Amino acid sequence: MLSRLVLRAAPAALRALPPPPVAVGVLHATRQLHTTQQSLAPLPPLPEKGGEVRHGLIPEEFFQFLYPKTGVTGPYMLGTGLILYLLSKEIYVVNHETVAAACILSVIIYGIKKFGPDVAAFADKLNEEKMAKALAVKNEAIEGLQAAIEEEKKEQWRVEGRSYLFDAKRNNVAMLLEANYRERLMMVYNEVKKRLDYQVAMQTLKRQKEQDYMIQWVEKNVVQSITPQQQKESIAKCILDLKALSRSAQAA
Amino acid sequence: GPLSERPLMEVRLGELHTWISTCDFSPQGLLGAVQKAWNSYYAKYINVRRGGPAGISMLLAGYCLLSYSWNYQHFKRHRWRKYH
Repeated sequence: MLSRLVLRAAPAALRALPPPPVAVGVLHATRQLHTTQQSLAPLPPLPEKGGEVRHGLIPEEFFQFLYPKTGVTGPYMLGTGLILYLLSKEIYVVNHETVAAACILSVIIYGIKKFGPDVAAFADKLNEEKMAKALAVKNEAIEGLQAAIEEEKKEQWRVEGRSYLFDAKRNNVAMLLEANYRERLMMVYNEVKKRLDYQVAMQTLKRQKEQDYMIQWVEKNVVQSITPQQQKESIAKCILDLKALSRSAQAA
Repeated sequence: GPLSERPLMEVRLGELHTWISTCDFSPQGLLGAVQKAWNSYYAKYINVRRGGPAGISMLLAGYCLLSYSWNYQHFKRHRWRKYH
């Protein structure tokens, strides 16, 4: 990974010079956030294929290096010559390990040729799943944040309706106060009326009692004043009157 | 660029001597050089999306060669001919 950094050092070196801030007021806008050249995100994607290798052992650069001077067959001739030299001078000694190496290599090469593509496809599928999961997480996070943004905007819109809310509340409070005031007014009125009614009732009672007593007293005195003599005289007079009346009735 | 910062592959044969003289042969320097070499190899052949057998097979081949060269004195005794 350090090689990638080396490759990116050239353009990053140009970015290392910070622009001078214009004024203290805009300092926070032009301040360099990253003081090192590295930035961890977003990472550059992995290269698709590795370096070219021929026959699984020799990098392609070697063949390209020899191509201008020796053409296409140069490296193969070099290889053949080397092998023959090593064998003839017995720098490479043929022993039991050579046979073992030959068997092992043939088995390995047969295995790779036969099962290589399947294993590669399986590994690719695993990688794809991992990437899909990570992408899904990222997308969900983005969607969640966007929904949060929408909610936030809605809340900001709701704030504008606050004035109506407060008006309604103020009206409520005013109504409560008014109702309370009228209740108390009613109570005062009732209490005063009760007291006045009491006074009136007292007066009427007193007058009635006086009246009754006076009537009683007058009756008592009148009854007392009727002496027995007067009684007889009034009875005689009544009888005379009755006789006169009966005479006039009989005559009519 | 300057000589000391160029990687080995871009150093010409004539400048090889001067390039080696600018090398840092302290333990940290050697460790750093090994780290850099491994990282460039790793990034080029192993840390790719669709790699092949080439990445590890080159490592194994190098290991075989190294171990053969370390045991060469032992192999010399199993030669078939005395004079070549």
